[in-house]
Amino acid sequence: MLKLEARPQASRAMSIASPLLALALTVGVGVLLFSLLGKDPVRALQMFFWEPLKSPYALSELAVKATPLILIALGLALCFRSNVWNIGAEGQFIVGAVFAAGVAMQATPDTGRWIVVAILIAGVVGGMVWAAVVALLRDRFNANEILVSLMLVYVADMLLGYLVYGPWKDPQGYNFPQTITFLDVTKVPRLFTGLRVNVGLLVALAMVGLCWVFLFRTYAGFQLQVGGLAPQAARYAGFSSRRSLWLALLASGGLAGLAGGLEAAGPLGQLTPYVPVGYGFAAIIVAFVGRLHPVGIVFSAVLMSMFYIGGELAQSRLGLPKSITGVFQGLLLFSLLACDTLIHHRVRWQPKAVSRRAATSPTSEQKAA
Amino acid sequence: MDSAAIALLIAATLNAGTVLAIAALGLLINERAGIVNLGAEGLMLVAAVAGFATAVHSGSDLLAFAAGAAAGAVLAAAFGVLVIWLNTNQYASGLALSLFGAGLSAFVGVRYTQEKLGPRAHYEIPGLADLPFIGPALFKHHPMVYVALALTVALSWFLYRSRAGLVLRAVGESPESAHALGYPVRRLRLLAVVAGGALCGLAGAYLSVIYTPLWVEGLVAGKGWIALALTTFATWRPARVLLGAYLFGGVTMLQFHLQGQGVQIPSQLLTALPYLATVVVLVLISRNPTWIRINMPASLGKPFHPGS
Repeated sequence: MLKLEARPQASRAMSIASPLLALALTVGVGVLLFSLLGKDPVRALQMFFWEPLKSPYALSELAVKATPLILIALGLALCFRSNVWNIGAEGQFIVGAVFAAGVAMQATPDTGRWIVVAILIAGVVGGMVWAAVVALLRDRFNANEILVSLMLVYVADMLLGYLVYGPWKDPQGYNFPQTITFLDVTKVPRLFTGLRVNVGLLVALAMVGLCWVFLFRTYAGFQLQVGGLAPQAARYAGFSSRRSLWLALLASGGLAGLAGGLEAAGPLGQLTPYVPVGYGFAAIIVAFVGRLHPVGIVFSAVLMSMFYIGGELAQSRLGLPKSITGVFQGLLLFSLLACDTLIHHRVRWQPKAVSRRAATSPTSEQKAA
Repeated sequence: MDSAAIALLIAATLNAGTVLAIAALGLLINERAGIVNLGAEGLMLVAAVAGFATAVHSGSDLLAFAAGAAAGAVLAAAFGVLVIWLNTNQYASGLALSLFGAGLSAFVGVRYTQEKLGPRAHYEIPGLADLPFIGPALFKHHPMVYVALALTVALSWFLYRSRAGLVLRAVGESPESAHALGYPVRRLRLLAVVAGGALCGLAGAYLSVIYTPLWVEGLVAGKGWIALALTTFATWRPARVLLGAYLFGGVTMLQFHLQGQGVQIPSQLLTALPYLATVVVLVLISRNPTWIRINMPASLGKPFHPGS
């Protein structure tokens, strides 16, 4: 019988191997699934792991999708490390996009390029406002942050719907639920001509550095992590859990809002009801698969955007539903959690009959003695 | 509004509350055993597809309910093994289940978005259904509406009047003591998780087969999360779960009613009402920490490793 046995020390090797093992498991299930559906698994795997890398254009698209995932997942990592279960990043992303769009629509042909900065700041503020509601209700009324942040996703969705169907609807938009197309001056500058990847990628990478410094080189970051790992020790040391709560939620709301602003003034260029595409939920997986570590998050965000692009290709070329992306994302997190068991445990083979006899009768050595 | 309209509103409220009640009762069993299952939304989505597909192919509602419950039980069992034997984080695993369920249901469900179920049977309780006002309000429902009521009574009796219920509560309050008394804590917890999953699945199938009856991506639309909130709202008491479910059913129906009346409120605000109501209710309930803790299972969300 297989038996789990606690390791005396957490295995460092396993903590790095576990995400890779989880990926291998997910790919294995994927191959099985494609074969069952009668699709060539090799071709399918190429779509997920080769096509997104094979040309500058493909790499640019990969970066466009990875940027919001990195930003949102960084904030979620701060939250999860401090044991704050913010799972409403999708809502904070939406409100960030809404605030940013509010500023972007003020632009006139004479507006200067500075407006991009104002747009992104508005996005950050929007995300923070939405997360602050969660922080306030948790702090003042002890309301469960998981449920509150999640309910606010639905509310944010309705807010977006109200604006694009109502007051912000483009009068020249043939009655489609969408805002005007933002003027060119509001566009986040692109890095290369002809490719969609923009300055947002650099902003995201800068945030990776900032979060790393905050988590591992500042006292506030240390306090936040202790509060999550050992709440009683943190209280004994006089660290304020309230401050950590606010800090984590405002930072993660701000980062999700920034991602929303970058999307609105970047690839989207207008608001439609289809702004939310699940980045806020996928980022939960990105954060966990990246070990809640800023550098790990970059890798897992790239992986996750490969899933997105692969899913789109599987739809157009293999005729599979696009939601296959969601299946793989969920599977990846599931297998990661299962594989993480091996960090603190090892598997031992223990023959059932022997172990039972050992428990009831003296062993042969004792008999011999 | 005349009395006939009020009767219809009451009937619609009971119908809308039934989905929430069945799912929340399932989650209550879970949580009484000490396990929080944040995967309820995903469970319900997969069960809704399973139920709907079964109904389309077999034409039998009963088979559809069985398929939904089975799908819920299987997914919940996977979650249970993960959190109970492998000691993974309950919150993270539940989230994984929710995300996986959302993806899987959308993937499998694509081919059922165009499908339609045949005309739904009409149910009446003979005699009682003919009563004025009360008849149309209370006695012309799908049997599942009464099943939710019966489940509430049965669960109350089970938890507070039966020996097995006492053991289940002990497992959620103090797994160490239950273990010391010789009860197989982990197996009992798994049993509770599977039973809870089956009920969530039943609720999902009822939603797609009877309540709507159709399948679209994301059909459950947060009802799993609202059911989770309901267990807190009810401070883990079955009767209050039922009450809360009908209250939320009422809010949902009020929203449709106001939209139908052409009230000058943006429809999106009305659609957001159930979610806003959930937040408000959570705040009102959680405000008083002692009150919420009276019935809260003491080991809720905490892992248990026997013999370590």
